[in-house]
Amino acid sequence: MQLEQALPELLIKIADDELIIGHRNSEWTGLGPVMEEDIAFSSMAQDKIGHAWALYRILQEHFNGSDPDQFAFMRAAAAFKCCHLAEMPIGSYDFSLMRHFLFDHAETVRYQSFSQSSFTPLQQLAAKIKGELKYHTLHADAWILQLCTAGAESKARMQQALDNCFQLAGGIFEPGEAETLLIAEKVYPGEAALYQQWLNNISPVIEKAGLTLPAMTAPVYGGRKGQHTEHLQQLLNEMGEVFRLDPEATW
Amino acid sequence: MNESLDPRVNRLRLNNSDGSFSIEEGENWNVFEVFHQEKRGAHHEHVGCVHAPDANLALIFAKEQFGRRKKCVNLWVVRSADILAFDLEDEDMFANNPDKTYRDASGFKVMEKINKFKAQSK
Repeated sequence: MQLEQALPELLIKIADDELIIGHRNSEWTGLGPVMEEDIAFSSMAQDKIGHAWALYRILQEHFNGSDPDQFAFMRAAAAFKCCHLAEMPIGSYDFSLMRHFLFDHAETVRYQSFSQSSFTPLQQLAAKIKGELKYHTLHADAWILQLCTAGAESKARMQQALDNCFQLAGGIFEPGEAETLLIAEKVYPGEAALYQQWLNNISPVIEKAGLTLPAMTAPVYGGRKGQHTEHLQQLLNEMGEVFRLDPEATW
Repeated sequence: MNESLDPRVNRLRLNNSDGSFSIEEGENWNVFEVFHQEKRGAHHEHVGCVHAPDANLALIFAKEQFGRRKKCVNLWVVRSADILAFDLEDEDMFANNPDKTYRDASGFKVMEKINKFKAQSK
């Protein structure tokens, strides 16, 4: 595999994660537990979609990709490379918060590695969104700690949410064919290295919250190969509903 | 429990049939006043308030509530209950201020001196 194929493979899977989780989290807009949290969570969902857009732009500019809107709204589900964690329905707020915690720490580790990437556009994007990601994990950590010290029911629900999310979160780090080349070319250190760093970063918060980290026995893979749950198609139908009315329209 | 998509319905326990319930300690969130700083060294200006369980989350909420548009370098949050203010009826303490114009700083003519200093220090 050439770098010309390996880089897009990396860019697409990260961008699709960001777009799909961004859309999922935006489903809480207007339904958040309190107004302040509603605004914060919606705002971060917008940030995610912004990150996806930036990555689709890199694809367009450097790899002859299509227009970001077309790419985001007109692809079939099997062409999406997001992990299953991102596409799962929002569930209750404990699930969405735990997903936000696990995903955003993974995202942070990934972009931190990009800050030393040999691929300049990724390095520049990492520098640009560093502050946003800092806030996202600050927000996630604060909520995890808050809810884990808010009584027995709250704590039990957070533990259940962690148990429900953890194998799915393992799917963020599904190994890809392009990896060996990307590591050799110093684009990024590869999924296994990111996974280790992610564990190092989430463990102190999990411990402080008094939660028990499950063993990663069966990470949910398949998303990076275009295999998805039925939830993705439903999400794509809704997400692209307006766009597909007139794909040529100028927004 | 009330089977509602809107989590606020359960939180308010509207379906409590006997009509009486006690508020537990810490159940109601506090109000925090938010102060916004536009650039380093500038005053923090009061911009509004947020509800939060503690100062930590108040600051986190304040960031998106008051610091996501325009320029901002920092925020303060202060629990509203920690602010000490005069009673409204004591407003008369300030009543004669408009008469005491000799206390206004506007009478000082210093711009000439400042400009002269600026010119020298260049």
